[in-house]
Amino acid sequence: MKKYLAFFRLRFSMGLQYRAAAFAGVVTQFAWAGMEIMMFRAFYRTDAASFPMTFQATCAYVWMQQAFLTLFMAWMMENEIFDSIVNGNISYELCRPVSIYNMWFSRSLANRLSKAVLRCLPILLVAAFLPAPYGLMLPASPLAFLFFLFTLFAGVGVTVAFCMLVYMLSFFTISPAGIRIVAVSMVEFLSGATIPLPFFPEKVRAFLELLPFASMQNVPLRIYSGNLSGAAAGRALFLQLFWLFALIGLGRLLDAVAMKKVTIQGG
Amino acid sequence: MITMQHVCKTYKVSKRDAGFTSAFKALFHKEYEYIHALDDVSFTISDGEMVGYIGPNGAGKSSTIKILSGILTPEEGTCLVNGLIPWKNRIEYVKSIGVVFGQRTQLWWDVPILDSFELLKEIYRIGDADYRRNLALLAEMLQLSDLLRTPARQLSLGQRMRCELAASLLHGPRLLFLDEPTIGLDAVSKLAVREFILQLNREKKTTVLLTTHDMQDIEALTSRIILIGKGSILLDGNLEDIKHGTDSAEAALADFYRSHNL
Repeated sequence: MKKYLAFFRLRFSMGLQYRAAAFAGVVTQFAWAGMEIMMFRAFYRTDAASFPMTFQATCAYVWMQQAFLTLFMAWMMENEIFDSIVNGNISYELCRPVSIYNMWFSRSLANRLSKAVLRCLPILLVAAFLPAPYGLMLPASPLAFLFFLFTLFAGVGVTVAFCMLVYMLSFFTISPAGIRIVAVSMVEFLSGATIPLPFFPEKVRAFLELLPFASMQNVPLRIYSGNLSGAAAGRALFLQLFWLFALIGLGRLLDAVAMKKVTIQGG
Repeated sequence: MITMQHVCKTYKVSKRDAGFTSAFKALFHKEYEYIHALDDVSFTISDGEMVGYIGPNGAGKSSTIKILSGILTPEEGTCLVNGLIPWKNRIEYVKSIGVVFGQRTQLWWDVPILDSFELLKEIYRIGDADYRRNLALLAEMLQLSDLLRTPARQLSLGQRMRCELAASLLHGPRLLFLDEPTIGLDAVSKLAVREFILQLNREKKTTVLLTTHDMQDIEALTSRIILIGKGSILLDGNLEDIKHGTDSAEAALADFYRSHNL
């Protein structure tokens, strides 16, 4: 365990040194959140009653999503991992007494957390001081906030475990680009990153909520904005934990198969 | 102690002619060719020995090193290193070996060398006292003290290779595999690396298996050479078996390759 913590620490401190990237990210996220909120405002002004979430809740969803973007965005996979598989630098990692899966899991987690730490504060701070309904409201209750925190971590876990599947599948293909694009677009659309899942038609939504993608950002963001609470939130958390363990199990299985048949090419 | 017996490794290589038509055909029917990278390879290396493993490009040197490092699983044959089979229970096995791939890097690119070393300390569970002692020793032998606080990306190739060597030896392995450790290095760095390997073998009795194309490496370092060509071992002896009293090891080796159609 301690060695994976060391990977976490190193990747985390490495992530903290990219200050310019963080600054650029914050600016982008402000612009994006602003545009999205203006777009939703136009829709809501036509007929606020026909939307599943209040405008205030949608704004909170958008701000939280932008503040913690790096935790959940599937395209934020680590190029260094793909590179090491494609160019064979992974041979060094295979000469170490570590499990490839655990090692990459801890470094991906650290990568996402370190980026989020640098970016979330300015966004949360500004959004909290914006006038209602455009800003970020407080969660409904302290209990809801606690639930939010818990599901936030479970959601990051599911996201990382899903990305791990993509890394592991790259062992079996010549180029990782194809799998990566398919996986990223699926997550983007089905996880509620483009529009929140409650905005989907009822039957589609009921199905989507069972998929692993709904266990990523969908649950914590909706709990924070008050759209998900009580027994439904409990069920969602249970489903998150189920997917977390299922995806990790599948990833480790792929890891075991890959380690048996991997061939490092070139001298 | 390393024993390899009747080890075979085959690679499947996809082939097609150049051009659009063949590329289109290959969509439906792929042709493969099987390359015997290792064909019945056997040898034994005793503890504390320093062995040069040489052969032309594509002879199977790297495949051998990869099998011995536990990265690659051969189809046939047995291999025992210190009583363990490298590719079975990889994690347990690699604790006792150190590997340097001259063409790859194990240092984290954007952080100081020391950060990479500290990570290795945790990975190999090196105790604080052992770590400090090994680091001090390696830093002195390889003259690293000025480099340790620099990020890997800002080191020259020679400086980086010295750090790579230190990184592979922090956990004090009894066995060291070097895959072209002097490739691309200038004269001064080459001499420093050779001097270090000699000292390591002499003082710590570390077993060293070294692949290289540089015959001066071989002349400076090893008394025993194993020569491999087209996947088979052609010679297991010393440099004199190739040189037969001539001056240039380089020319003698080239003659040897030509006479065996390598």
